Amino acid sequence: MSAVADTHAQDHHHGPAKGMTRWLLTTNHKDIGSMYLIFSFAMFLLGGSMAMVIRAELFQPGLQIVEPEFFNQMTTMHGLIMVFGAVMPAFVGLANWMLPLMVGAPDMALPRMNNWSFWLLPAAFLMLVSTLFMQGGAPNFGWTFYAPLSTTYGPPSTTFFIFAVHIMGISSIMGAINVIATILNMRAPGMTLMKMPLFVWTWLITAFLLIAVMPVLAGVVTMMLMDINFGTSFFDAAGGGDPVLFQHVFWFFGHPEVYIMILPAFGVVSHIIPAFARKPLFGYASMVYAVGAIALLSFLVWAHHMFTVGIPIFGQLFFMYATMLIAVPTGVKVFNWVATMFRGSMTFETPMLFSVAFVILFTIGGFSGLMLAIAPADFQYHDTYFVVAHFHYVLVPGAIFGIFAAAYYWLPKWTGTMYDETLGKTHFWLSFVGMNLAFFPMHFLGLAGMPRRIPDYALQFADFNMVSSVGAFMFGATQLLFLFIVVKCVRGYGEKASAKPWEGAEGLEWTVPSPAPYHTFATPPDVK
Amino acid sequence: MHVHVKRAGALIAGSLLSASALADWQMNMSPGVTDTSNEIFGLHMTILWICVAIGVVVFGVMFWSIFAHRKSKGHKPAHFHENTVVEILWTIIPFAILVIMAIPATATLVDMYDTSESEVDIKVTGYQWRWKYDYIEDDFGYFSNMSTSRDEIYNRMEKSENYLLDVDNPMVIPAGKKVRLLLTANDVIHSWWVPNFGVKKDAIPGFINEIWVKVDKPGTYRGQCTELCGKDHGFMPVVVEVLPEEEYNLWLADQREAAEKERQLTEKDWTLEELVERGEGVYATACAACHGQDGSGGGGGAFPSLRGTPVVTEDIQAHLDIVVNGVSGTAMQAFGAQLSEADLAAVITYERNAWGNNTGEMVTPKEVFDYKNQ
Repeated sequence: MSAVADTHAQDHHHGPAKGMTRWLLTTNHKDIGSMYLIFSFAMFLLGGSMAMVIRAELFQPGLQIVEPEFFNQMTTMHGLIMVFGAVMPAFVGLANWMLPLMVGAPDMALPRMNNWSFWLLPAAFLMLVSTLFMQGGAPNFGWTFYAPLSTTYGPPSTTFFIFAVHIMGISSIMGAINVIATILNMRAPGMTLMKMPLFVWTWLITAFLLIAVMPVLAGVVTMMLMDINFGTSFFDAAGGGDPVLFQHVFWFFGHPEVYIMILPAFGVVSHIIPAFARKPLFGYASMVYAVGAIALLSFLVWAHHMFTVGIPIFGQLFFMYATMLIAVPTGVKVFNWVATMFRGSMTFETPMLFSVAFVILFTIGGFSGLMLAIAPADFQYHDTYFVVAHFHYVLVPGAIFGIFAAAYYWLPKWTGTMYDETLGKTHFWLSFVGMNLAFFPMHFLGLAGMPRRIPDYALQFADFNMVSSVGAFMFGATQLLFLFIVVKCVRGYGEKASAKPWEGAEGLEWTVPSPAPYHTFATPPDVK
Repeated sequence: MHVHVKRAGALIAGSLLSASALADWQMNMSPGVTDTSNEIFGLHMTILWICVAIGVVVFGVMFWSIFAHRKSKGHKPAHFHENTVVEILWTIIPFAILVIMAIPATATLVDMYDTSESEVDIKVTGYQWRWKYDYIEDDFGYFSNMSTSRDEIYNRMEKSENYLLDVDNPMVIPAGKKVRLLLTANDVIHSWWVPNFGVKKDAIPGFINEIWVKVDKPGTYRGQCTELCGKDHGFMPVVVEVLPEEEYNLWLADQREAAEKERQLTEKDWTLEELVERGEGVYATACAACHGQDGSGGGGGAFPSLRGTPVVTEDIQAHLDIVVNGVSGTAMQAFGAQLSEADLAAVITYERNAWGNNTGEMVTPKEVFDYKNQ
């Protein structure tokens, strides 16, 4: 209780500033975390509305709503906004809020840089979104922006896109440095590395991945910038360049990037499942090693995105075997979660529902990933809707359900108010049904031969596309309910939350009152 | 307003009806018609069933726990959180399954990479947004454009059976022979795919990729470009016609003869009217996708209008240069190698005399030939 009394005493001196300056100039990890989360949700709605345009056009064969040029801008912007604007900032927001609370630190290690890395994001996305209104339109070459479609043949707005990516990259790198500095230097006495909560572990590894690959992304877009504006020929075959080089560099960033988007969700679920099974996490150490193994392997598998570019057979075999190997540590994690549930005493509040769905549906995404790893079979799957189904299964019920689970789990801590459980469960079930209706038929479409990124399709694909669109509209509309639930909670309508509202929850964050005071752990707690 | 509502209602009802009439809820990969595609189908089904089996076990344990070990049933939690034997087991067993899976996959891959001893060689070039097939040994080649009309795409006409999957000139190969395809591209990366052959490979500018296909059963096989290649990526189908050997040889002879005739067209004396008439057709297949059917441009200003613009009304040499050599750094391609002299002359003449650009000027195939060879 002494920690609580301390923070109360300090509130008078160091409460939040008033008005806009609180948000512009804040160095408080909780304020910055909230801003990240709000920004990420705004981007989620924006990127989601673009997905709605895509699904509306694909509701029926023929062109009804948009022209192919605009359709391609929608698929590109949807991908970029969801990856860089929604998923990544959401996890940085969670890290900001929870890492100091979980390791017993008063704030992030580098608070001013923290402010700067957040405020770069709105600037970057303002620039990215403004390309929609430029002559020639927004980037239209897919979120993977393969050269030379994105260089010689790209719209004039490509240069703005490149600059936006640079800014996002700087923001991510600074965020990652902050996470590492905080975790390595600011843990409470007694919290050894192998006693760290798993969310802390997964974020530590994610941060190293970010530092390793964001500069690679910056490098590849800089080469594009040179090709477009300064007459170089990195990716232009006519000038002696190599279009395939682009893909090697891009995917050297791109594959670790997909783990950047999922590892923190692994951490979140590893807290929630034990809490609601009222039983300690099974195989803590193997969880840590599995995340480490996945992170290391992620650097050795990039060319499995490029099985059809014509790499030599030995390269093909190497990348096939290495990719299949990832199934082993991923399997260990899934088995551990199931073993945690086994013989527990489970209840199914909203965070647990999202977490259980995470385990099931992420595993389905993992299965299709294993199928995609088989190089000969990949020749049939590659660039079809099967791939679209696969990565939406790991990103929507993986990353995004992980974020929802985290939000419901920690909302009482953030706001001091319990969310409405009935509405939360409604949000879950509508999301669950909508998401499966939207994405499961995409497996069938891909196997039947529908290529991805097409604005119109042959008639045999009509039925499942209609089902998929209906599911997508349902999933999209449901997210407004989440907004309502959170706003209600923030405004204080609902039961007051105790310091530890979940019976089985463990960790330092539950030792401070709800809502968490503006400053916490001014004196570090003792960890046994 | 009322009419709109009615029309919308009719549209929805109509589309639902036609959807059920065409009901084709295909859920799985088709085995295809080649040995390769059958091997791939086998791999696909094996790995699918392995996944299903693992899924049944893992989700089975999970659902049973969810059902039986819940607090509302008064189940008391156990406290175990480690078991080294189990953890080692569920690391080794998946690894062993993967090794078993990797063996047939490797064998199939080795087989697919063996492009030796082919009997027919065809160079396949991806263009925005059509394919070109060059029969290397026989000295002829042609473009393959989608033949689905814009009216079908924009719902002004009923959609045909092979909507978006029909072309004017399919690639033709003989049945029962190993055909080697050499893939490249002229502008951006494309990808050539026929699902029934189990063959997909990227066509990349500056690279030549090799694949092979041997189809025993004559017939028409369809696929699409699978690498995003710009605006009309969804509208560049691949159609392959597999003919019995005798028919293939007849077709080959016809093509050689036609190619010879095409060369003679350059020598012929053309009138303005003849060129404009021919040019209209060329414009529709080669230019209209970007510059618009009526020459008014497109892409929100990215593709310039050709109505009364200096390029098509002033210096004819500059016009010729742009069409033959393209404009580097833009989407305007070099059509010099894509179109015959007669077609180039026709389309330039057409552009200078259509949509109110009544310059009365013409350029002959001979002049184009001289220009290209100067």
